[in-house]
Amino acid sequence: MSDTPREPRSGEPPATRSSAILAPGYTFTTLTDKLASIVLSRRTPKAWFFGAAVGFALTMVLLGALGYLLVKGIGIWGVNEPVGWGFEIVNFVWWIGIGHAGTLISAILLLLRQPWRSSINRFAEAMTIFAVACASLYPAFHTGRPWLDYWLLPYPNTMGMWPNFRSPLIWDVFAVSTYATVSLLFWYVGMIPDLATLRDRAKKLWARLLYGTLAMGWRGSARHWHRYETASLLLAGLATPLVVSVHTVVSFDFAAGIVPGWHATIFPPYFVAGAIYAGFAMVLTLAIPLRKMYGLEDFITLKHLDNMAKILLATGLIVGYGYMVEAFMAFYSGNPYERFMMWNRMHGPYKNMYWVLLFCNLVAPQALWFRQVRRSIPALFCMAMIVNVGMWLERYVIVVVSLSRDFLPSSWGMYKGTIFDWATFIGSIGLFIALLFLFIRLLPMISIFEMRAILPEAKVREAEE
Amino acid sequence: MSDGRLNIAEVRTRLESLRGREYWRSLEELLETEDFREHLHREFRVPIESGVNRRELLTLMGASIALAGLTGCTRQPTERIYPYVKPPEEIVPGEPLQYATAHVHGGYARGIVVESYEGRPTKIEGNALHPGSLGGTDVFAQAFILNMYDPDRSQTLTERGEIRPWSAFLAAVKLALEKEHAGGGAGLCFLTETVTSPTLIRQIQGVQKNLPQAKWISWEPAGRDNVYEGALLAFGERVEPLPAFDKADVILSLEADFLGSGPAMPRAVRDFVSRRKADRMNRLYVVESTPTLTGAKADHRRPLTPAQIEDFAFAVAAAVGAIPSGPPADPFAAAVAADLKAHPGSGLVVAGESQPAALHALAHAINEALGNVGKTVVYTEPAAAGTLDQHAALQGLARDMRDGRVSTLVIVGGNPVFNAPADVDFAAAMKNVELRIHLGLYDDETSRLCHWHVAGAHSLETWSDARALDGTVTILQPLIAPLFNGKSAHEVLAAFSDHPERSGHDIVKDHWRGQLPGADFEAAWRRTLHDGLVESTAYPTKSVSVKSSPLSALSSRLQSEIRNPKSEIALTILFRPDPTVWDGAYANNGWLQELAKPLTKLTWDNAALIAPATAQRLGVETEDVVELAFEGRKVSAPVWVMPGQAEDCVTVHFGNGRTRGGKVANGKGFDAYALRTTSALWSGPGLRVAKTLRRLPLATTQHHWSMEGRALARAVTAEEYRRDPGAVAKMGEHPPGPEDTLYPKLPTGSYAWGLSIDLSACVGCNACVVACQSENNIPVVGKEEVARGRAMQWIRIDRYYKGGLENPETIHQPVTCMHCENAPCEVVCPVNATVHSAEGLNQMIYNRCVGTRYCSNNCPYKVRRFNFFLYSDFTTEILKMSRNPEVTVRSRGVMEKCSYCVQRINRARYAAEKENRPIRDGEIVTACQQACPAQAIVFGNIDDPESRVSKAKAEKRDYGLLVELGTRPRTTYLAQLTNPSPALPSVAAPGEEGHGA
Repeated sequence: MSDTPREPRSGEPPATRSSAILAPGYTFTTLTDKLASIVLSRRTPKAWFFGAAVGFALTMVLLGALGYLLVKGIGIWGVNEPVGWGFEIVNFVWWIGIGHAGTLISAILLLLRQPWRSSINRFAEAMTIFAVACASLYPAFHTGRPWLDYWLLPYPNTMGMWPNFRSPLIWDVFAVSTYATVSLLFWYVGMIPDLATLRDRAKKLWARLLYGTLAMGWRGSARHWHRYETASLLLAGLATPLVVSVHTVVSFDFAAGIVPGWHATIFPPYFVAGAIYAGFAMVLTLAIPLRKMYGLEDFITLKHLDNMAKILLATGLIVGYGYMVEAFMAFYSGNPYERFMMWNRMHGPYKNMYWVLLFCNLVAPQALWFRQVRRSIPALFCMAMIVNVGMWLERYVIVVVSLSRDFLPSSWGMYKGTIFDWATFIGSIGLFIALLFLFIRLLPMISIFEMRAILPEAKVREAEE
Repeated sequence: MSDGRLNIAEVRTRLESLRGREYWRSLEELLETEDFREHLHREFRVPIESGVNRRELLTLMGASIALAGLTGCTRQPTERIYPYVKPPEEIVPGEPLQYATAHVHGGYARGIVVESYEGRPTKIEGNALHPGSLGGTDVFAQAFILNMYDPDRSQTLTERGEIRPWSAFLAAVKLALEKEHAGGGAGLCFLTETVTSPTLIRQIQGVQKNLPQAKWISWEPAGRDNVYEGALLAFGERVEPLPAFDKADVILSLEADFLGSGPAMPRAVRDFVSRRKADRMNRLYVVESTPTLTGAKADHRRPLTPAQIEDFAFAVAAAVGAIPSGPPADPFAAAVAADLKAHPGSGLVVAGESQPAALHALAHAINEALGNVGKTVVYTEPAAAGTLDQHAALQGLARDMRDGRVSTLVIVGGNPVFNAPADVDFAAAMKNVELRIHLGLYDDETSRLCHWHVAGAHSLETWSDARALDGTVTILQPLIAPLFNGKSAHEVLAAFSDHPERSGHDIVKDHWRGQLPGADFEAAWRRTLHDGLVESTAYPTKSVSVKSSPLSALSSRLQSEIRNPKSEIALTILFRPDPTVWDGAYANNGWLQELAKPLTKLTWDNAALIAPATAQRLGVETEDVVELAFEGRKVSAPVWVMPGQAEDCVTVHFGNGRTRGGKVANGKGFDAYALRTTSALWSGPGLRVAKTLRRLPLATTQHHWSMEGRALARAVTAEEYRRDPGAVAKMGEHPPGPEDTLYPKLPTGSYAWGLSIDLSACVGCNACVVACQSENNIPVVGKEEVARGRAMQWIRIDRYYKGGLENPETIHQPVTCMHCENAPCEVVCPVNATVHSAEGLNQMIYNRCVGTRYCSNNCPYKVRRFNFFLYSDFTTEILKMSRNPEVTVRSRGVMEKCSYCVQRINRARYAAEKENRPIRDGEIVTACQQACPAQAIVFGNIDDPESRVSKAKAEKRDYGLLVELGTRPRTTYLAQLTNPSPALPSVAAPGEEGHGA
């Protein structure tokens, strides 16, 4: 596009200006121009069309797989006796975990006053919402009779029945729906000032109408800003415990069961750490190609990547600690079933998965101790992908491997995902991609007003005050 | 009207002023009083009187038409209900009636009682009065009812595929008879299965009286030729040995699978198990080439090749002095012989149908030498008539047919084209016969080659009679009119008599006229039908004695043979009837096809069973397809590596591999008959096994064979138990006490239902599994689904091995819902679809279930079953008739599991409440309990200390499965007691645990 601001970089490659969270040379205007132009005026990059096409095609796969599921029944998946939960719950936990980074970045880092979060929080939050949407598909469709799922909701009915409040699945319903609602509100509220910016800059009528409606009459008055700040602080306060609670409750699905490999007290913190770990891996997975695609190296700098890599390393260590405690407790408990469960993970028919998972989540991330790795974009991307795979395997090991061999050897059985399991999984990734690409095309993926707040211009004024 | 009171006179006048059909709702309305208008206004707040204008009317009409259309979206099935014009006597809608009849298996009757709802038989149970069953049943009897409702049964009489009336058949028979008359019936031959029916025997003999040259041959693929030939060899006449397992202290089985199959299996199991109590333990030695249920129950078992079994038997016979000399006895044979000798008059040696005549003769000789005859075994006349050396007769028939000496062949039941030995080549021989008539339930391999196919009536649809092994006669009565207008054997035979159109009822009844005890025939007839047996028709015992000369001859011949166990001809093939589809007659029965075979746990297929060492040598493993070549014939079969199989022996089960058996049967397994010859009916040396590159996935219900050191199915020796009754409890982890729970105590009801399963009694026969399937409308899912771990049976028999692969100890453990008092499944169900009753039942509410499967994941016993697809057949009309109307037919996406037969509990409750009394102990009999021939299962009220179940649970060997989890199961087990001989080392080396494939 013609009115792209001149690249304000100096001649040095970005890697050397590595401690900045925003490249130098931007003003309020150039920054706003650049970020708003992505949505409003710049030509959509070819990569976008490609990505969106892939996303929509895979979404069609998802629709096909789920449609067939409704017609034929849950039997098209690989679930069986004894493995009553397979890909669907693995994917559910995986997606929910991915969703965690968004809320963490926007809520906890906001409360901790980490200014570097500004450039990644918007799309991390979007990622959260899309991941939660993908996640909630699974429990909804994995029931034998999905059309009766509403029985899990407590509502007055002629049957005079309440759901069973002792069941962790009911807690899940509350935890996930609350999380989805708060995340959506937080995301939307945080976007209102930017939507107003887009409204003001939009030239086309439909865009003005769209953004105008969504901006809800934002005029940027002091009163608006005051309300906005209060609302976002309140929502951040609400969302913070949710970061912890959602995956805690998800972990209860397992921890409250009696299956060896599920019934462990370490699960809540271990799951939360795992979720943040997975979430940051996914943020990296998305941020790295996006900054390339839209030339956002100035906004998502190496400093951001470095910070995220550090969080990845830290949470990875917590997760690793979880693995060790799990194994230790299995042996220390003296419980023969627990001991066998651990032995089976290491030596049983699914042993490869366990060892690959340990490599992915525990061994490989140790490379992040090195600054060179944290600041090498290809290395970081690989690392994020490894962690994505590792975290999926972790859930597979917990859900499937534990169920496949529990108490009575007579009932042991193997599980294998069918083509429909894979289609649903890949389809849900497609849905995620499709939603994400719609988001980056239609909404500001980097918070414009928050980025403005970290410009030197804003700082100067602060100093003057 | 302001005073609010009605003026009746005014009402009257107003009524008179109305014309036509104007309805009024109240007197106030009629008067259109002010109060009424005000009331209307208060109630509805709309101007009621303003009337509907045209627009509104049209809107309303449009809306109601649209809504009416909506209701039309779900099409309601048209159903007609016909009330009885004249209510039949005895039938109360919803109340089942029971009729006694018999299940004829291999020719022999076992008494059954059939439950019938408004004329639809739905469930088969054992007849406690009948000596062949004593109330127990086997899998075949239980599944037999499904054969009747089989939609694949042949539906009509055909001649070369064209539908014909019965009169045309009678005319054809008449014509044939006229032709045959000239030769005195020399060209006429009846081919039946083993026949014990007195009526049918007399009918055939009646035909033979008119046509003296007419032949009658019986052929039963799993017949008893060897038994009778052995008797002939030993005694000089064909007699039926009737072992009394309840009287024997020491039993030696020469591959006699009396606990797994055989004409008196339920009775044998009952008798045997009656001697497996701590204070009265018998001891069972088994030598066998292929593992059987009897071998699994043995205190000492040896896998031996057929030749080794012969050696062994001769050695034992010589050691006890039954024959003058024999091969030297190895320590095992010596110990067995010593034990038999130490129990004169209370020992018993039995030889299996699959063993050569010589072994039967030896068994008779040993029994006689030890004074067992008359005590643990008696001899009677054989119940079967016709030819007793069936394979020779069949060969003769085939020869006659080839030579054109048979012009009319009447096949009354049976499927010889499929199940005759391959060298007989029945199909080719049969083509030379001018007129071929086949009576059968199915349009099968034989009927395809016959001119006439008479659709047979199922034996629950016809009148007939049959004898049990001991001779006791049961009159078979129909429960329902033939569903497909089938004809019985009696009616077909009548066509060859002077009264061709007589009904089965008249034929059978006339046969028994004057033969029943008692002066009043009608009363006796009714009593006979009611009891399910004809009194005192058991054969008297016969006194026979062993002729020593043929045995000595055998013995010396044996010693002259130089036996080389590792001869060039390396492998021996063993032919055995399939444990679930028998000789193929039940191949189209989905329940039986899907039933896990007791030892392999294999469904929907048969396989070549090969010992682990032999498989290793041949370089094959389970699911590899091999080519079996025997006497010039070849068959491809998947391999199943079978622990406990004798080395160098390959077992194939015949009965599967049907090509025209019906939709269920066709293409399942391989046809082992294609290798079976008259010279090697049961076994033969010279098998060659060639590996192919193919693999065939087999569907099994249990993949892992070891208990992994967990105390799941517990066993102690009787001696150990006597010494330390607490030994069983010590085997497992310590369970938490009843108070160790965070949950409040559950309310208790008037009863506390519980179940006890005696592992000492359980022989693993599977009868309970099929009984449960029949009682609870459990669907069949098919091979692919079983392979994916989705079999639906509510009760399963877990089979564990202990010890080395070559000769492991086997233990069976029936597992069903434990009805835990602290049920892990109940807590996790999000919609309360599985809840606890006050009486301790863990109830499954199907219509509330959304199908999260969390309950199943959290069930440590894995007894919950999920309808992954729409497994129940909701479309086939005839199958709807077969279902138990008291049990919901489950739909897709719903969890299900054992309910302790809650419908039976409730039926007993209604009866008790009507009589204002508590439910009596033993009044509720669950389907599994009823079917169990061993009476291993006891159900009842555990709150009543006098109930049978309480007494069972009070035994010291009572233990709960996985009680250490705090589930507090209501189903508990009694540990298995064994009685190994102190003279022999234990079979399984201690500490050695076999891992599964």
